[in-house]
Amino acid sequence: MESILVLTHADDSGTILTKASLEGVTAGKELATRLGATLTIGIVAKHLNDAAAQLASAESKLLAVQGEPYLQARFATDAAACEALWRAAQATIVLAPHSTRFARVMAAVAHRVGGAIDTHVTAIGGTENVEAARWFYRQRIETALTRTTRPWFLLLDAGTHTPFTGEAANANVDEIAIAVELPALRTEVTGVRAPQQCQQTIRPDAKMLFVAGAGWTKKQPDGQVHVEEAGKLIQEFLAASGASLGSSKSLVDQGGEGNSVLPFLTHLNQVGQTGSTPRHAKGLATCCHGEEPNVVGWRFIGERRAVSLDPNCGWTRGKADVVYVADAFKVMAKVNELLIAD
Amino acid sequence: MAYALHIVVCARIVPDPLQTLEPITTPTGPGIKNEMVLPAVLDPWAASALYEAANLAAKNPGSKLWLVSLGPKAKLQQVMMTIAQKVAFELVPIDGPIGGFPDAHATAAALASAIEIIPGLDRSKLLLFGGWESASRGAGVTLQLVGERLGVTDQFQGVDRIELRDDGSFEVLERVEGGKHQVSVCAGTPAVLGWATGNLGEPRNNPQIGMANMRTIMPALQKAKTIALATDGLRYVSVTLPKQQRTTRIEKNMTPDEVAAELVAWIGAE
Repeated sequence: MESILVLTHADDSGTILTKASLEGVTAGKELATRLGATLTIGIVAKHLNDAAAQLASAESKLLAVQGEPYLQARFATDAAACEALWRAAQATIVLAPHSTRFARVMAAVAHRVGGAIDTHVTAIGGTENVEAARWFYRQRIETALTRTTRPWFLLLDAGTHTPFTGEAANANVDEIAIAVELPALRTEVTGVRAPQQCQQTIRPDAKMLFVAGAGWTKKQPDGQVHVEEAGKLIQEFLAASGASLGSSKSLVDQGGEGNSVLPFLTHLNQVGQTGSTPRHAKGLATCCHGEEPNVVGWRFIGERRAVSLDPNCGWTRGKADVVYVADAFKVMAKVNELLIAD
Repeated sequence: MAYALHIVVCARIVPDPLQTLEPITTPTGPGIKNEMVLPAVLDPWAASALYEAANLAAKNPGSKLWLVSLGPKAKLQQVMMTIAQKVAFELVPIDGPIGGFPDAHATAAALASAIEIIPGLDRSKLLLFGGWESASRGAGVTLQLVGERLGVTDQFQGVDRIELRDDGSFEVLERVEGGKHQVSVCAGTPAVLGWATGNLGEPRNNPQIGMANMRTIMPALQKAKTIALATDGLRYVSVTLPKQQRTTRIEKNMTPDEVAAELVAWIGAE
């Protein structure tokens, strides 16, 4: 019989569980119900009180590792904490969020306890066996896989489950806390730095993704390039709509080729093969003409629309819900005007 | 003060991203149709790691750089003809299966075994580099598992920058949620760094570097050990192309004002 451990961690404050962690709790509860398995939730946090209170109504056993070292997202401490939580729970299946913090350590933890791991899991299904759905070749090939190895660690992509919300209540922190023997620490996290050029443009929690393509920096009908105007229009739209900014690889790469570029774009904005594949409810692509923004980078976008001057762009057909064959400069100027007036 | 580093870069070869991929079933499990004849490239993120490693080695005299790659010998040779022209390295090839479907655990074991026996490698000076994810499996676990097998307890993923300090410590910038970088300071080698894009462009081809590299690459390829990767309890239930095809409405005759009005209504709708 399977037993399930959900590993969670606190946010930057060190006290409140992250949204992705709470999504893992939902996944764990669903799987435990389906399999008739026992459920344990493990918490890694600086202070436990609030995090444990969030899970008081989760109807599961709680275990936790707390203390100052766990405020930092650091390999040595996080791996030791997760290993200790697994050794206390001895679960056969371990679910955890695919956050940068847990993605950094969980394969090592799986190895330490003799288990196996699969990451970027988008769904957990199966009838006779537990099956994990994940993508290969940068979201081009979809698979369902299963393993006989136990413990089996599954890192769940954010946005695949509803975050757990239960009535908060006090939990006896002393009862759930376990001790961890830490190795000698050689790494210190000194802070978090936001890239100067794209502050406030990358917003993973935004409802909409706005993708800027290379067409913004090409010659326009008057024979001139209008990079400054393009930058102004895009930033105005981001401010007015609260959208997150993505970019095609070709536009980001232009900076390295000495061409006119939008100064606020970096590789961090890139979607597609060598960029991210974000999850947003809506996506608007402008001046994109390639496979990467329209197919790979958009795999997990709900409703998709595109503004392009190319009526024959094959990549948008079958991929976008609506394609407007129009001048993005004129359209976005009017969109901004309407959004600001609203 | 410069420190001599021993940098090992783990990099796989992947199909050129512009190729159309079609999954098939092979006797050893799922695969990609015609994968052996599809044009291949060094994995993009691993290539970033290689270029950053070469840059770091050049700045620190006495440093050494090895490239460890697992793949079919013929494909490795094909990709090395290009990569070898860009930066100087010593190739440690492992003749094994291609593609993203073989198990990461078995792959990591093979890579770690190959690294353990690299002649002259001082593991106290080791920086283990690679991509933070690959363009094939895309799991982001292989490098971490190799590091764990080698007993390296300082690991960083999604790295965009490393800056060595005079005392041998280094500062690392790792990508974290929200388009930000986490800044860490590590006391020194050994460490594992899984690279994102980094900050360096692709080096230009240099025929002299290419000729020097090929003198050691060809003999290394001839001597490459052939291995099979265990499935380790992994079974693929289904491997398919995504089926969702949308019905696209193409609007050719709307004015910019009409398009804008429709978009604003759509943006505002729940």
